[in-house]
Amino acid sequence: MKKLINKAEDVVREELQGVEAAHPDLVRVQYDPYVVIRADAPIQGKVGLISGGGSGHEPMHGGFVGMGMLDAACPGEVFTSPTPDQMHEATKAVNGGAGVVHIVKNYTGDVMNFDMAAELAKAEGIEVESVLVDDDVAVQDSLYTAGRRGVGTTVLMEKIAGAAAEERRSLADVAGVARKVNEMGRSMGMALTSCTVPAAGKPTFELGDDEMEIGIGIHGEPGRERMKMKPVAEIVELMATAVVDDLPYKSGDKVLAFVNGMGGTPLIELYVIFNELNTFLKGRGVKISRNLIGNYITSLEMQGFSITLLKLDDDLTKLWDAPVKTAGMRWGV
Amino acid sequence: MSVSFEDAVRWVRVFADVIAENKEYLTQLDSAIGDADHGINMNRGMQAVVGKIEGIPNGDIGNLWKTVGMTLVSTVGGAGGPLYGTLFLQFGAATAGKAELEPADWGLALEKGVEGVQMRGKAEPGDKTMVDALIPARDAFRQALDEGEAFPGALQRSAAAAEEGMKATIPWVARKGRASYLGERSAGHQDPGATSSFLLLKTAAETWSGG
Repeated sequence: MKKLINKAEDVVREELQGVEAAHPDLVRVQYDPYVVIRADAPIQGKVGLISGGGSGHEPMHGGFVGMGMLDAACPGEVFTSPTPDQMHEATKAVNGGAGVVHIVKNYTGDVMNFDMAAELAKAEGIEVESVLVDDDVAVQDSLYTAGRRGVGTTVLMEKIAGAAAEERRSLADVAGVARKVNEMGRSMGMALTSCTVPAAGKPTFELGDDEMEIGIGIHGEPGRERMKMKPVAEIVELMATAVVDDLPYKSGDKVLAFVNGMGGTPLIELYVIFNELNTFLKGRGVKISRNLIGNYITSLEMQGFSITLLKLDDDLTKLWDAPVKTAGMRWGV
Repeated sequence: MSVSFEDAVRWVRVFADVIAENKEYLTQLDSAIGDADHGINMNRGMQAVVGKIEGIPNGDIGNLWKTVGMTLVSTVGGAGGPLYGTLFLQFGAATAGKAELEPADWGLALEKGVEGVQMRGKAEPGDKTMVDALIPARDAFRQALDEGEAFPGALQRSAAAAEEGMKATIPWVARKGRASYLGERSAGHQDPGATSSFLLLKTAAETWSGG
């Protein structure tokens, strides 16, 4: 394993120290337990918005703390859900009296830890609304799985719900907007390579030089199907078809198209992918009215990408366009 | 035979050693069908537990196990944290104030522990989770006592049932946790959570019955 780290067990703490040193205007960092908190939190009368998850997906979630997005993020160890005490600290730190929304990606560990944290907050009289993200079309939502995973739509939800909270919408309204994003968003990911969790020291799975894994999540967990490499046009068609057919997105729909890199794929390839996606959606009569291209929800150094589509209405579009000032996403300011 | 406070502490310490020894193995099982962190997370949690129970007030087994549970909840993360944390919190609640455990006390702790884990994780038998080791262990312990078996023999039958339950998970398709995303591809692999649960009960049988 070659990684630009000191010791595997120090990676998360040293990364947080770097974030704190780089962005004192945006965030403050608490170390016991780990919480990244918006510099000016709590804001009286504003709904607090927190999320959290394993580390290794940077810039999500810590890089999305700031004006117009999250009020706090709870980083776990690499690919490991954070703990209820972190989430509880975050909830208390951002509670400005208007309640707190927990954005929870649908993974067994995240859900159980956030459940325990919500129980703690409610016991202290803090109003909490939990919103689940489960947008991964690669997973069958049935009694026989833990349900769909939360992937790319999480980023869009944090931005849009963050804008709604910034407008001083109520707890129920902010949670409602977040749930609408989840309903209207669908994603699918793929990988060309695995990734190596620093503490594990070796790749999570093996892929042959001529193989790819379709339907991966964001933790180096194997996907649904392994196949021989194909030209990117065919890969995008395969993935976009699965995404478009799921909601479904129909002719005349306006969407936000999000092409996300998994951490090890260069922008030149992400733009090639976006070009293919644009052609594909044109063929289906779906209009890309907003886009996001880059590494936003990553899986360490994995090569690969995901496609997320979010069907937009006027309100979601307005909230997407609203100013945001975070380390990972910034416009309008 | 009964379980003293010192025995209860020794079990927790030996379990921490067993997890440390099996860290790579558990992580390897988890990388086949999960996210390659079970051994690492359990080891981090149990090492924190060993530090936390250093100098814990003598005499109350319930308080000891509650402390273990709280420490696991706040240090393990993942699914293992809430599940093993809940298991020990329930062990603690079932034995609150006790300095000495009779077989029936441990039977009750197992019952409450399994109930708590099922409530938290919503897993049923056959879902390919830790519950598949814990439920047979609970039932075998109960049955052994009903048949008049002494504590050591009942612990060993309980551990043997956990092992059988753990091995039974191999051909199954997972229906809970990250392994469930693999569908049919999860078959052929032993569940890491059932494995750590078997280790927990095997350690209890070994440290408490000398077997």
